[in-house]
Amino acid sequence: MQPLLVVDTLSKSYGTIQACDRISFDLYPGQVLGIIGESGSGKTTLLHAIAGNLAIDQGRLTYSGSSGTVLELNQIAAGDRRLLMRTEWGFVHQNPRDGLRMYVTAGANIAERLMNVGARHYGNIRTAAAHWLSQVEIPTDRMDDLPSTFSGGMQQRLQLARVLVTQPRLILMDEPTGGLDVSVQARLLDLIRSLVRTFNLSVILVTHDIGVVRLLAHRLIVMQNGNIVESGLTDQVLDDPQHPHTQQLVNSTLMP
Amino acid sequence: MSLSHPIDLTQPLKLDLPPSNSSRPDLEPGFNFAYLDESTKRSIRRGLLKAVAIPGHQIPFSSREMPMSYGWGTGGIQVTASVIGQTDVLKVIDQGADDTTNAVNIRRFFQRVCGVETTEHTEQATLIQTRHRIPETPLHAGQIMVYQVPIPEPLRWIEPSEVETSKMHALADYGAMYVRLYEDITAFGQITTAYDYPVMVHGRYMMRPSPIPRFDNPKLHMSPALQLFGAGREKRLYAVPPYTQVKSLDFDDHPFTVETWDNACEFCGSTASYLDEVVINDQGDRLWICSDTDYCQQHRSAQPSQPA
Repeated sequence: MQPLLVVDTLSKSYGTIQACDRISFDLYPGQVLGIIGESGSGKTTLLHAIAGNLAIDQGRLTYSGSSGTVLELNQIAAGDRRLLMRTEWGFVHQNPRDGLRMYVTAGANIAERLMNVGARHYGNIRTAAAHWLSQVEIPTDRMDDLPSTFSGGMQQRLQLARVLVTQPRLILMDEPTGGLDVSVQARLLDLIRSLVRTFNLSVILVTHDIGVVRLLAHRLIVMQNGNIVESGLTDQVLDDPQHPHTQQLVNSTLMP
Repeated sequence: MSLSHPIDLTQPLKLDLPPSNSSRPDLEPGFNFAYLDESTKRSIRRGLLKAVAIPGHQIPFSSREMPMSYGWGTGGIQVTASVIGQTDVLKVIDQGADDTTNAVNIRRFFQRVCGVETTEHTEQATLIQTRHRIPETPLHAGQIMVYQVPIPEPLRWIEPSEVETSKMHALADYGAMYVRLYEDITAFGQITTAYDYPVMVHGRYMMRPSPIPRFDNPKLHMSPALQLFGAGREKRLYAVPPYTQVKSLDFDDHPFTVETWDNACEFCGSTASYLDEVVINDQGDRLWICSDTDYCQQHRSAQPSQPA
């Protein structure tokens, strides 16, 4: 099977701080890849570099598009990259305020992504928005309410709906459960897991919460100081950590 | 190195300047023709040429201090000053009227610094500076419309960053603008944006048509007149050349429409023009009159007089 995304020796520094040091990994279709590490280990920088939000210093990003074309992401035009982020890719922010327009209705938030790729039929846009709201378990009668009237968990699910409406293949998630209480977290994780299965999504999931990756991720990458210190199957890495840093991360987690 | 000098310094310096205002007693002394100096006018015309070459695209220009405050048409007045010539006939309107403060003062300003002929009749004018309206009388080839623009950036309320809006224009990435129209339909069942209704120019650039009512948007489309836009405070110029396609944004199932009224103009009886609603007393009685005073006058005089 051909990888969906190949990250090859990706590096990014901020002055003298090496945030990502020659990171390489492959992501296969339908795979959920977890990236864990303590704060400042470079995991969020890596995610934003993959998403194209940051210019990278060196390295290659190769993506196999849905039409079978292989795209070198650092060489394609800015417009194509932007289109890719809005169609086949999606980004779920830790803070829903970064991923949503808080002063337009929930429906418009979903509609924007469709209108960005050329949808111009109001009725069809409404239908699609309602469909995806119900997919993320938000009652469709809340469609014309502002996201600021939603709870934190609902805002996060709205962000998911906004991304899912163009039926992406790859979703980048930055701490999607951050700031949510445990029961809401559990519901959101459950939803993400079923959506991943239903729509055969590939996900790169950045988090510092080991419980989240254990539940969602098939494979796991552990980062420290901009380097990958350990990678492998999630259960294998978490149950039999080899690197001292991973051992420390696993040991410092409270296990109920 | 040759010592011979092309200019004879024993003679008074003769420069190739346009006629000075000092020879005309009716003109304000001490000013160049049309107030701005020649190099400023030339630099603005250079910007206008760029603007005409890329319809709807905003061109930065070095906006000058004008003898009026920002928001009163400093952009329009600089464009007018740059393109006006001795033989031009100038008309200035404000909300369709020739007799409101802004229109009267700008017209008088150009009378004093140019001495050009002015008119209130749309078809006689060669140059029309306008705030918030396009005349009802159809424009003809050879005429120039100059619009006063407060905010030139159509995406400004969608995206506050100038860097990002520049990218959006470069990539023709205008989907976000439809969010506003979507919200209108969702809240009110129809698009309620009444003025400054965004348009696509020549199928490429999104443009704010300045705060004209959306009633006037269709007049921008394939207009035989040259249309120039100047934003003084924001320091931007843009243009719609003659016979350019201008399409108002809409949805397939909610097409663009213009305002309609249940009333006819109280003075001239027109049902085809843009009507202003005027409250006439403390009881809240109101009447509807043409916003275009010149059109209203002509429409009235063209009718047989009614018995009193």
